[in-house]
Amino acid sequence: MDEIASLLEPQIPALRRYAWALLRDHEAADDLVQDTLERAISRWGQRRQEGDLRAWLFTIQRNLFLNGLRQRKVRGAQVGEEALNDVQAFGTNPESHAGLRDVLNGLDALSEEQRSLLLLVGVEDLSYEQAAKVLGIPLGTVMSRLSRARARLREFMENGRSTVLRRVK
Amino acid sequence: MTGERPIGEDDLQAYVDGRLASSRREAVKTYLDDHPTLADQVKQEIDLREALRARLAFKAAEPVPSSLRIANLMAGRRRPGWGRPAAVAAAAVGLLIGSVLGAAGGIWWSGAGHVAEASIAGNAIAAHRIYVSERLHPVEVPAEQEAHLVQWLSRRVGKPLTAPNLTAQGYRLIGGRLLPDSGEAAALFMYENTDGNRLTLYARSGGTEAQTSFRFESRDDVSAFSWLDNGLSYVVTAKAERAQLLPIAETIYRQFETTGGPAKGHL
Repeated sequence: MDEIASLLEPQIPALRRYAWALLRDHEAADDLVQDTLERAISRWGQRRQEGDLRAWLFTIQRNLFLNGLRQRKVRGAQVGEEALNDVQAFGTNPESHAGLRDVLNGLDALSEEQRSLLLLVGVEDLSYEQAAKVLGIPLGTVMSRLSRARARLREFMENGRSTVLRRVK
Repeated sequence: MTGERPIGEDDLQAYVDGRLASSRREAVKTYLDDHPTLADQVKQEIDLREALRARLAFKAAEPVPSSLRIANLMAGRRRPGWGRPAAVAAAAVGLLIGSVLGAAGGIWWSGAGHVAEASIAGNAIAAHRIYVSERLHPVEVPAEQEAHLVQWLSRRVGKPLTAPNLTAQGYRLIGGRLLPDSGEAAALFMYENTDGNRLTLYARSGGTEAQTSFRFESRDDVSAFSWLDNGLSYVVTAKAERAQLLPIAETIYRQFETTGGPAKGHL
């Protein structure tokens, strides 16, 4: 138990950040992290090597997130993926966060896969190999999709949201 | 610069991420000096990367809520004797009758299995032998109709199935078929790698346990791992050594686990 805690706990801040970036809701993000940790604990025996721990945890978390989206769509609940577009950033002072808020809006202009890729590589510092594992795609595909995601984000930031159609999954 | 690898998309991305070795970094810089438009785009992408990190940094800096403390999560599970989760999970499904052989490759598997499970594994191995050697008609429904295949087999087997993605292991789906197994419907997915080696994933409903650990068996040159999960019995079979097949079995298992069980129609 101490071993599990000592390996999992250092990962929690990053998992919370990724969850919040996906959901933009503090409570929902922590619920997602909790589900992730519970699953990791119950599947602890199945993880392969400690070196893979981060990739493994992010894989679990992303799949739980996607699962949640799918279920919400099936149930026809109000909160869909599209709602993320309308969520305002949490900065209390709109002036000071104006530029930064745009980055998150830009993130929303991307597909979920592109968003996850930018977050996992650019923010969570996963290696390209780890990102390939999390997304279940080959390494070469990671590089080309990363390139496309960054170009798309850049174009969005340059031209504004009106010119970029949000991709509906 | 003669003889050097040309600058690629991958170099530019690694440059944005600051992950290039110094010699390669210099090569990219030189290249960008000659391509000012591209250099400007790369600069913007570096800035955006930084902006995103800065915007999200607050979240990782927050104190972790006590509800997420591992000790609290474990206590909340209310399982007696917690501490060796895999062993406890295996015990919970009554599989520790035999000796636990060990944690080879980080995964637990038990020496004793259920008779029903053994016969399903036997049927799966037999199906593997018959169909992987088939050249003209290895599958009934080809991978081009994957959505239809998965839907059809799910309906016949009576549980939502999914064809796991094994691209990272070098295997691609070539299709599947429906098979009889002791009066029940069973699904067989077949995969092939670039060397033409084939592996099969067999699935049928069965078993009352929520979950079991991996069970290994080999007959002649064919190896198989079987397990029960979510009311489905799975067997992955290939002409391979145990050590080669184990990571594939783990991948399949994990894909089902991390998606919270096979999601209908999700590939």
